[in-house]
Amino acid sequence: MDHSGTAPADDQQPPADDSHLGAPLVELSGVDKYFGDLHVLQDIELTVRRGEVLVVIGPSGSGKSTLCRAINRLETIDGGEIRIDGQPLPAEGRQLARLRADVGMVFQAFNLFAHKTVLDNVTLGPRKVRGLSKSDAEEEAFKLLDRVGVKNQAAKFPAQLSGGQQQRVAIARSLAMHPKVMLFDEPTSALDPEMINEVLDVMEQLAKEGMTMIVVTHEMGFARKAADRVVFMADGQIVEEATPEEFFHHPRSDRAKDFLSKILTH
Amino acid sequence: MEEYLDIIRQYDVLGAFWVNIQLAFWAAVLSLIMGSVLALFRISPIGSLQWAGTTYVTILRNTPLTIIMVFMVLGAWGQLELTLATDFNLNFFWLAVVGLSIYHAAFVCEAIRSGVNTVPVGQAEAARSIGLSFLPSARLVILPQAFRGAIAPLGNVLIALIKNTTVAAAASVATETSSVMRTMIEFRPDYIYAIFFTFAIGYVILVTPVGLLSTSFSRRLAVSR
Repeated sequence: MDHSGTAPADDQQPPADDSHLGAPLVELSGVDKYFGDLHVLQDIELTVRRGEVLVVIGPSGSGKSTLCRAINRLETIDGGEIRIDGQPLPAEGRQLARLRADVGMVFQAFNLFAHKTVLDNVTLGPRKVRGLSKSDAEEEAFKLLDRVGVKNQAAKFPAQLSGGQQQRVAIARSLAMHPKVMLFDEPTSALDPEMINEVLDVMEQLAKEGMTMIVVTHEMGFARKAADRVVFMADGQIVEEATPEEFFHHPRSDRAKDFLSKILTH
Repeated sequence: MEEYLDIIRQYDVLGAFWVNIQLAFWAAVLSLIMGSVLALFRISPIGSLQWAGTTYVTILRNTPLTIIMVFMVLGAWGQLELTLATDFNLNFFWLAVVGLSIYHAAFVCEAIRSGVNTVPVGQAEAARSIGLSFLPSARLVILPQAFRGAIAPLGNVLIALIKNTTVAAAASVATETSSVMRTMIEFRPDYIYAIFFTFAIGYVILVTPVGLLSTSFSRRLAVSR
């Protein structure tokens, strides 16, 4: 590899095996976002295909969380367009709510509903948004809680669970809506080290089952194992896009090389 | 001691307190409903509703209660002929309830809003992310937690309300405590200390449990995070 400096635009990666990927599901074109004077998202172009697992990495303040939150409009954007399954993101109201129901979101701080039991956390969306009966919603919730390994905690309140358990409940709560795509905004950053793997295992399982996922994370091991594609962001821009193999072994940009040298040296 | 028994025998002190309790009860119910709606306005994403809520609170919270009560009788009833009951005295009672409610609704709104501030923003984001729009996420996620975080400040509003029911005298409710006390002092000036302490202690007995209960409930019902 004799590339120097930032990657030239015409330097394409050799095509990876993407036969399992479907049509474009999440499309961002020319997305701009400002926090005051700070240009946090700069002309972002990104397409995620059905079944794809995209991992977004980058130094803090690079705009990766903002990018993730913009996709279900928890952050509004100042320019450009975001489409999900061909539909542009609605600005407000019922249509936006309907779209969000199809986009799962897992937060860094779990954000389980603190006044509801684990079971009620998982059934709230299906019952109130999808109109499922209580018994149908609970039946499925138990299956999902079983799948993420916290079925025996169903009657407890979130504060009684460990961080890793709470985050797995949060994943079950998202899955209960049968989302087309799931967004993970640093899902393991608030966890104690011994709990990180129990959450990553669930996420890897989801990836294997073909869920479309956009994952903002610092977990390079997860990126290597589960990602179809890695996007490296810095200063509000997408600096590099590559397969995990390519990105971790042959990063092209100085920013990426610098970032990787800092996190992979120990 | 003889003095106290004397005045209680001669005047309907308990009945007077009962009038204030009824005023407080109905005004508490009404102001809780109005205050919740105002709080919804103020936290809603719709600018004109926010403006309406803020304007209401700013005006009513900064208007003296006596002014509102006098307006209810001389303005709303006397001039605008707002009648809430066919019975003459009952009409004044309900005018006083409405006056107390529109005033205290502003404080209830602010108490609930302080409760909303105890709910982390992530709760609202999680509610939105599963597809709940503003009203359902307020009703199912935000307000249940906000009320539990607002019990102590709501208790304070209720304490103020109970004592402020005596301003109903300004709305011509002649059977409530301060009106009865005025009559008693007029006719039995020899008993002024006994009369004063009867009412003072009566209110202490009435209000103290409210403070104790709201403290205990706010602790027991606190949302653990």
